[in-house]
Amino acid sequence: MLGDPTRRAIFELLARRPCTVGELAQQLPITRSAVSQHLRVLKDGGLVVSKAEGTRRIYRLNPDGVTALRAYLDHIWEESLTGFAKAVQAAPLDPEQEDQ
Amino acid sequence: MSSAPTIPPLTGTVTVDVPVDEAFRVFTDAFGSWWPAEYHIGQADMATAILEPRQGGRWYEQGVDGSECDWGQMLAWEPPHRLVVTWQINGQWQYDPDPDPEHASEIEVRFTADGPDQTTVELEHRRLERLVDGQALRDGITSGGGWSSLLELFAKATTSQA
Repeated sequence: MLGDPTRRAIFELLARRPCTVGELAQQLPITRSAVSQHLRVLKDGGLVVSKAEGTRRIYRLNPDGVTALRAYLDHIWEESLTGFAKAVQAAPLDPEQEDQ
Repeated sequence: MSSAPTIPPLTGTVTVDVPVDEAFRVFTDAFGSWWPAEYHIGQADMATAILEPRQGGRWYEQGVDGSECDWGQMLAWEPPHRLVVTWQINGQWQYDPDPDPEHASEIEVRFTADGPDQTTVELEHRRLERLVDGQALRDGITSGGGWSSLLELFAKATTSQA
């Protein structure tokens, strides 16, 4: 879920402070409607919650934190293991294969 | 002694086309060559990260300015099949020297030979409840390392739970 760089950017912005769709769109090179689509995915995944305040809808990270924490760490491990696999393939035992 | 885990562990698996000895060697000896540099906690940009190859060894990063910043320590060193390290991070997103292992989450990595030239590496990050419930990440936020956003997340989560 956080493998998508835009979703991760939204997630990280919301970690700093709750925002409306418009506020997120101002900080990202995408449209409000694209922000809304990503927010829907994050909400469905339990990472983000929203509530209406007057005519505005404020988005924030899910305050139970656990799902969001796991998702973020999961992303770190996935990226790390991918990096590890690349390093292994790039460093073969046979020195003749060392050109990449 | 141990409280019931409340957060399921995270797991990751990757299969690589090298013998188990080589997979273990790259994972440990060459840790700094593959760890994503944006995930670090020191003030300086990360030059490399090091897993000391022994029980009780340090797990730490070296900054481009020569500074060092611990991440945890080696709880189990069983080459070439298994290692366990702690992840000791406090609310300043810095190493927490608290020696009580009850305050740290753990990362176990297992290396299984599928054949002479293929190895499956399984990673488990467990006891995450210690990060959420403990002193861990409560005190504040610093900017800097690429993990700062994770810290912010932790801080928000723990603050809103309080």
